[in-house]
Amino acid sequence: MKKLTVFILLVFMVFTITACNKDDDGRIQIDFLNFSSNGGQEETLAAMIEAFETENPDIKVNVETLGYDDYFTQLAIRVAGNQAPDVYELNIENFKAYADKGALSEIDTTKIDVSQVHETTLEAFQIGSKQYGLPTKFSNVVLIYNKDLFDEAGIDYPTNDWTWDEELEAAQAIRALGDGIFGVSRPIQTHEFYKTVVQNGGSMMNVDQTEFTLNSVENIEALGMMIDRINETNVTPNAEQLGGMGDWDLFLSGRLGMIVTGIWAFSTFADEADFDWDIVVEPGIKTKATHFFSDAVVVSSKSKQQEAGAKFAAFLSGSEEAALLRADANWDLPVALTDEVVDTYKSITPPLNKQAVFDSLDYLVTPPSLERFNEIADDLKSYLDRAIAKELTAKEALDQAQAFISSKYE
Amino acid sequence: MKKLHKNFKFYIIIFLIPCSIGYLIFSLLPMISALYLSFTSWDVIGGTPNFIGAENYQNIFDGDEFYRVMGNTFKFIILYIPGIIISSFLVAILFDTKVKGVTGFRILLFIPVLTSWVAGSIIWKSALNGQYGLINNILGLIGIEGPGWLTDTKWSMVSVVLVSIWKDLGFFSLIIFGGLRGIDKTVYEAAEIDGANSFQTLRRITLPLVSPTLFFVLITTMINSFQLFPQVMVMTGGGPLGSTQVIVERIYTYGFKYFNMGYAAALSMILLIVIVSITIIQLILQKKWVFYE
Repeated sequence: MKKLTVFILLVFMVFTITACNKDDDGRIQIDFLNFSSNGGQEETLAAMIEAFETENPDIKVNVETLGYDDYFTQLAIRVAGNQAPDVYELNIENFKAYADKGALSEIDTTKIDVSQVHETTLEAFQIGSKQYGLPTKFSNVVLIYNKDLFDEAGIDYPTNDWTWDEELEAAQAIRALGDGIFGVSRPIQTHEFYKTVVQNGGSMMNVDQTEFTLNSVENIEALGMMIDRINETNVTPNAEQLGGMGDWDLFLSGRLGMIVTGIWAFSTFADEADFDWDIVVEPGIKTKATHFFSDAVVVSSKSKQQEAGAKFAAFLSGSEEAALLRADANWDLPVALTDEVVDTYKSITPPLNKQAVFDSLDYLVTPPSLERFNEIADDLKSYLDRAIAKELTAKEALDQAQAFISSKYE
Repeated sequence: MKKLHKNFKFYIIIFLIPCSIGYLIFSLLPMISALYLSFTSWDVIGGTPNFIGAENYQNIFDGDEFYRVMGNTFKFIILYIPGIIISSFLVAILFDTKVKGVTGFRILLFIPVLTSWVAGSIIWKSALNGQYGLINNILGLIGIEGPGWLTDTKWSMVSVVLVSIWKDLGFFSLIIFGGLRGIDKTVYEAAEIDGANSFQTLRRITLPLVSPTLFFVLITTMINSFQLFPQVMVMTGGGPLGSTQVIVERIYTYGFKYFNMGYAAALSMILLIVIVSITIIQLILQKKWVFYE
């Protein structure tokens, strides 16, 4: 009797497991896990999926959305437990680790339409010449400025030709407006560091990324300039002056003249700022350089629905339909930049000068592609923090960081 | 009679089985696999763990991080344990008096114990904000310029300790209060007749008689100190400048932020050894000061 019960249960289990792949209408089911629609764009994503399902009546997409903070922990555990969703989202920082470990299946780009996809973003998700992920959106960093504070200080608005010198001058004029008013905010951490040193002709690693070059003359000079903004001219607030407030909030409170931050701030700033603001390309030191971030959808190598998964990924990435929905919702920059998508994107203001987002694409730098980048970023930041706290000079901090990080990671 | 005895044992075993299975699956097996993982490198997504021998342990003891983190824990212990024991002892003596409203006081002090660590830490994080926080505003009223409690390396650990004492005070004072209640009142009467003053009574009667309770409090607070985590994670995240990084916070960061599970497992094995050995040392030393009636 007992054996019979167990047998029936087993049969039932097998039945339900196999039944998962097809629903009642005989459609193929794929699971899609993402973080980027969390916090405001869930409906946009639902609209994209609806469009995809209309186009592909034989496929049904089950979406699951997690917050960014939990996403990568959850994802790693699911992948380790062979419970990986068929299709999921990865950002550029985590892409390499997953691709190197064989968790992703190669996407055959000859079978799908990627002709509209921006070249840099497509290349960012290749290993060798193989495509392991299809980008959906990307973002860069621009200089956002408070027009009202510029008017009050009686100075000209920034232009695309500005360098750190003009930026500092303007920042000092705005700082002089009042005790609680600050000129500019550029955060000091590893991500900001690797970009700023490129602006000064330096780099975090050598060209083939085999050795760290943290303490080069250019890097030390650049870090010195970053820290002087806090400790010498004080146009950037220090931790105490910020008092736990984020720089976005400081900007939104109308007490910050300029902020160098990502274009993902647009929708929040448009909703919450009660003053005029606009953007220009981020000023550089000797040359211009600005961040490149991108998210992609990937297909799990363990998925039984590779083809349907790749089709869905291609739709989110390269279709004009999905791109228009994204542009319309002000949800970062779609990768399929057709004329219509560009026009839609530019038509949504503020900021008026959305052309600056496209101009910035000429100056993109990517973080070193290292598997343990998160850990290295924290280690480097601990030295940068000590330099901000004046425990070390810029040179000492980078000399020590170079010694420590190259012995730990090479 | 003999048969009943036999049956009795049988039932004991039967009743212990569910509990033992739970322990086996949810405690013992994970502990054994963590021990194994500590000799491997495993990044979770990369399939099976790679055996690398004692390399994780070697890396831990070779770097400065482990010693710095232990130093931070030691700083916490030095401030927290005397702080919590003295304050809960004083509060327990207050509890023991027959003043009006003492029950209300007891309830008020116990509320933090029932509050979740995360909720409590979030409230304190905002109250301790250097610029806009409640604490510094109050200090400002009486003319004191408060420090950046959580942003100044000199004060960050102190803040963590103060919040921990706030949270645990109700619990430990209640335990010590129980110990005080257990003392036979006739001993005090005898001492009074013999002419002992209140300090002598405290030193010679109260302290020895509650020493078993104090010993329990010492062991639990010591283990708490090594397992310090939620308040640090929520309030400071280990900063500023790593001044509140402690071992469990490191285990979490290596395990679930860097996905370096082998290293994290090795750290947790070291934590286990540290806690067990300190507890054994305490058990040996108790003979010198704990008095059992």
